[in-house]
Amino acid sequence: MTAKVRALRAKVQGRGRRRAGFLAAGSALLLATLAACGGGTSTGGGSQGFSPVKQTGGKLTVWVDSSRLAAAKLYQKENPSVKMDIVTYDGDANGSNYLRTKVSLFNRTRKGWPDVVFSSQNNETSWAVQAGFTAPLNKGLIPSSTLAGWAKGANDPCTVDGTVYCLRNDLAQTVLWYNTALMKKWHYTVPTTWEQYEALGKKVATEHPGYLVGSAGDPFTPEIYMWPGKCGANNVTGPKAVTVKATDANCKRMASLLDTLVANKTLSTSSVFSSDFDKNAAGKLLMMPGPSWYGGSLFQSTFKTPAHQIAVAPTPQWAGDSSPATGDVGGGTWLLSAHSTNLKAATKFLTWVTTSNDYQGKIAPGYPAYAPAAKAWLANQAASGYYANDITAPLQKAADQVWPGWGYGQFSQEAIWAATVTPGQTAGKSIVSLLPAWQKAIVNYARADGYTVSQ
Amino acid sequence: MSASSTRTGRARPPIARKAWRPVRAGHGFVAAYCVLLVAFGVVPTVYALKFAFTDAGAHFAGLSNFTSAADDFRFTPALEHVGLYLVFWLISLVVLVVGLSLLLHRMAAQGVSKALRFLYYIPGALAGAASVMVWLFLLDPTVSPVGFLLRAFGYDTFGEVIAPGHLPILFTLIAFWTGAGGWIVVMYGALNNISPDILEAARIDGAGAWQTARSIQIPLLRKWIVYMVILAFAGGTQLFVEPQLLSQASTGVAGRDYSLNQLSYDFAFENNNVNTAAAISVELLVVGLVVAGIFVARSGFFDAD
Repeated sequence: MTAKVRALRAKVQGRGRRRAGFLAAGSALLLATLAACGGGTSTGGGSQGFSPVKQTGGKLTVWVDSSRLAAAKLYQKENPSVKMDIVTYDGDANGSNYLRTKVSLFNRTRKGWPDVVFSSQNNETSWAVQAGFTAPLNKGLIPSSTLAGWAKGANDPCTVDGTVYCLRNDLAQTVLWYNTALMKKWHYTVPTTWEQYEALGKKVATEHPGYLVGSAGDPFTPEIYMWPGKCGANNVTGPKAVTVKATDANCKRMASLLDTLVANKTLSTSSVFSSDFDKNAAGKLLMMPGPSWYGGSLFQSTFKTPAHQIAVAPTPQWAGDSSPATGDVGGGTWLLSAHSTNLKAATKFLTWVTTSNDYQGKIAPGYPAYAPAAKAWLANQAASGYYANDITAPLQKAADQVWPGWGYGQFSQEAIWAATVTPGQTAGKSIVSLLPAWQKAIVNYARADGYTVSQ
Repeated sequence: MSASSTRTGRARPPIARKAWRPVRAGHGFVAAYCVLLVAFGVVPTVYALKFAFTDAGAHFAGLSNFTSAADDFRFTPALEHVGLYLVFWLISLVVLVVGLSLLLHRMAAQGVSKALRFLYYIPGALAGAASVMVWLFLLDPTVSPVGFLLRAFGYDTFGEVIAPGHLPILFTLIAFWTGAGGWIVVMYGALNNISPDILEAARIDGAGAWQTARSIQIPLLRKWIVYMVILAFAGGTQLFVEPQLLSQASTGVAGRDYSLNQLSYDFAFENNNVNTAAAISVELLVVGLVVAGIFVARSGFFDAD
């Protein structure tokens, strides 16, 4: 039997050798191909190096998330002659990195890039510029008179060394949403400081248990509370430099406020988008700090809160703090591909989608970043009669008060919070006790993305 | 089998043709396999090896990609996660698959066996990612059809169900549900191959069900079990779909950077570092090969009976 086995083995080896020879030849060929086609993987375009590829026209490929699908469809309807390929994707929500993943693959295959992309994140330039994906917009593609129309600082997340690489779709400045009917019924006054907010939360817990003053269960919780609370966890100081002080006094102060209100159950720990929240919490909201898009996306379309109930007040501030601060939850961006063979049509669409009153003024769910469109949008919102007060003034004011001490890094603060703080919270730990772990995670992820971290 | 017997019945079949035809068919099958193996197995492996030992500028980098992977803050936790998952997954797979197929075999006389085999196999018919999606619904108490069970355990929200400590067990459940059915059917087939004479002799000698299983059936199944463990180990070290989908479903709360394969994915697409990503996949390949080698050598897997 052993002889038989040995013979078999010899045979197998012989065949194996032949196969190996074939493989060696094959892989040599492969390596040669690789050497020819591979090469520049991360040798990005840089700000000066934009030279458009041959403009051959063809289909205009547009990637949007489900909320922006209406925009692309409307453009197609208004411009039936433009051949469009509209693709929906997750919009990179919650730091999903879908776009980055795909672009990295397209950079390898040297084809497949979409012409125009919407992203619900505003930190895309942190990688897309380096990857050579985005076209510079203020170097001839879009006139500076148009660019001047954006709200102050709106395109900051899009700007690298003075070059604009994307256009802000909407602003997501945080405000305090509240239910006027309940406020009146229970004779409460809308809080203007975080201290009053906390006190009101305690009052609600005893007087009207079951009702909520907000939610702390989303990955963007730090952007609603920590950012306007001036917590120094995410101070991006340069293209690859960040200062992380997630355990400073303001962070601790805000964390303990959240802990108090979570403990007395006036803050929900479910995501506002979860089936759980919609079922159990949506009808019990006294107030909720959140971004400008909460009004349209959450109250009006998801929770179906009746008209004339929801109103807007400025984000609470720390008592005695004279410089008001708000946070910023996303606020999407539009990117134009530097590889587009259809720059003219792509730029035309990009300009339309960010500035036109047809979309931004009338349909857009969020507060337009382009100021003239924002005016039309606000007028429209006021005319719709959905809100119980005039939302124009607080939203406009909040747009200029986004605290600059919190930046737009490559690492996703939302993903870090979700993976570090949320599970701890679910297990019953306080946010204050999780701050050191949060600090460590931010530092680790920032370093993994090549940031120089000061602590 | 039946083909050759009919052929011998025919008058003077051409001898050369008879010997040649099955060989040609064999070559045909193997050739098709080889093409696929080269295209989807060997070429990517060579590609990964090239990346693992070079830097971004395609210069030889020695082991630096391997050390930078090991130095990453996510590496050791991922290694621990995968190790723990493998313990749960392999033990439950071997014990339950062998146990269930023995049971199935004993029930062969009764009609339920067929129905059970079909039942076991159904989940395996769903594509991998789709069956994980099913579980994402099962695990959310607000929408789960077995929500009452989850609540009975004290889990009222999705977040509580997917607490970090539960993940190895959850992934084992998902993997078992999706993958074990196929193995049960395979083991059942193997059990059917054991000569009824041996089992008959054992019964006459007074062996009960337990003794027959322990002393005859399981030893005769050994090679199949080894084969299953090798493949399950390789599959288990490459854990990816379950944590990745869970991470998306939970908006990043659980399952992010959980396994080594995910870490490799993160390196490639998040940190734009394909070389370190390749280094991790080469490590996984080496571990898989070494473990397979040990199992094959220790079990006499290729010995002819």
